[in-house]
Amino acid sequence: MIGIIDYGMGNLFSVSKALERIGMPYIISESPEELNNTKGLLLPGVGAFKDAMTSLQEKKLDQFIHRYVDSGRPLLGICLGMQLLFEESEENGHFQGLGLLKGRIVRIPDRDVDGERLKVPHMGWNKLHFHQEAPVLHDMEEGFVYFVHSYYVDSIDEASLLASATYGVQVPAVVGHDNVFGMQFHPEKSSETGMQLLANFAKAMERSEEII
Amino acid sequence: MMTKRIIPCLDVKEGRVVKGIQFVELRDAGDPVELARVYDEQGADELVFLDISASVEGRKTMVDVVQAVASELAIPFTVGGGINALDDMKRILRAGADKVSLNTAAVNNPDLINEGAAFFGSQCIVIAIDAKYDAEIDTWRVYTHGGRTPTERNVIDWAKEAVERGAGEILLTSMDEDGSKKGFDIALTKAVGDAVSVPIIASGGAGNAQHFLDVFKDAEADAALAASIFHYKETGVGEVKQFLRNAGVNVR
Repeated sequence: MIGIIDYGMGNLFSVSKALERIGMPYIISESPEELNNTKGLLLPGVGAFKDAMTSLQEKKLDQFIHRYVDSGRPLLGICLGMQLLFEESEENGHFQGLGLLKGRIVRIPDRDVDGERLKVPHMGWNKLHFHQEAPVLHDMEEGFVYFVHSYYVDSIDEASLLASATYGVQVPAVVGHDNVFGMQFHPEKSSETGMQLLANFAKAMERSEEII
Repeated sequence: MMTKRIIPCLDVKEGRVVKGIQFVELRDAGDPVELARVYDEQGADELVFLDISASVEGRKTMVDVVQAVASELAIPFTVGGGINALDDMKRILRAGADKVSLNTAAVNNPDLINEGAAFFGSQCIVIAIDAKYDAEIDTWRVYTHGGRTPTERNVIDWAKEAVERGAGEILLTSMDEDGSKKGFDIALTKAVGDAVSVPIIASGGAGNAQHFLDVFKDAEADAALAASIFHYKETGVGEVKQFLRNAGVNVR
């Protein structure tokens, strides 16, 4: 059972339908007690960083997420949900994130190194380049996935960079360290490649069996 | 490497696809979900559903269509038509659509763009502009009500205003080229693309794969939309993509 964290900041419908498609049971909840009865957590998110962090804090979900990760069970943040895993963001100010991974969230530059104009948001299908072996990338080819975002992770720890896409800068696309994972794109909207990534995350949950 | 998007557009009326689509091998030729699935299999990057229902009942049916599509397909899709208020956007997005497209309602009440972008984020708000060249003002004029009503607005200024208000993407239809099959309107698409910083979906005039190449190369469109050439199977999404790939364009 996967727990989808409902904190008012995501398109939960698409994520839950994607889990149904890969045959993975889930609950949608904002209650730490309920979410604690799961083998893996999914943190979706669309919207602004500050609003999302505020909402997590108000519902005491930030502390819960830390305890959950400390228990050794896997967490997957999607899109804004991935950005929240990092230390800080400069979206509309300066805000602290969950601090589970090292790096900061900054705006995508609107020029590439050659001075060519880049549209922001980075919207559409972009190709993944794998950097290292990881359970979520198991048995996969470097496919295309669907991105929609204006901010990205800068100064990431090389050790947590699992896959990237190129959009003027190197955009960390799949990140992970121990049992904390993030995907900057929307796997639930990324056709077969996205379904395979979600299925791999679900497989990574099997190791949670002995924990709960 | 970013790819150019190919987007089939489906007109949906009272929950059924209209416009004489000829997928003869399908048992139910008018089912939007089945057609969506066909386009998904062909490699469509995204879908647009345009609700052209005349009745309130038909509009309600659209929510069911959105739910059914969202349940079955894992590619992004946009819903437009009959969205006049924040509540309409909520209904459609909560049913599983990824973006809503606003046209006449946004021209009549531009604050709707700000409200939608503030509530759902810019990435959810597509502004559809129906554009027609006007020799008198020597630029393109914005039309509303399905192209029937000229407005006082010029397309470039309206596109800029829409983006400032929070639009995340522009769906730009050339009324001059629409249905012509002579190719997308390069000048219009380039002019709007140069004026704003968000992705442009070119629409109107697609007749063959070369037209897609032209609008991507010459007008730097981010995506191109077509209806009839796909519906009538004059070409397929896969064929267009293969042609583009051979010509050196990045596609999925």
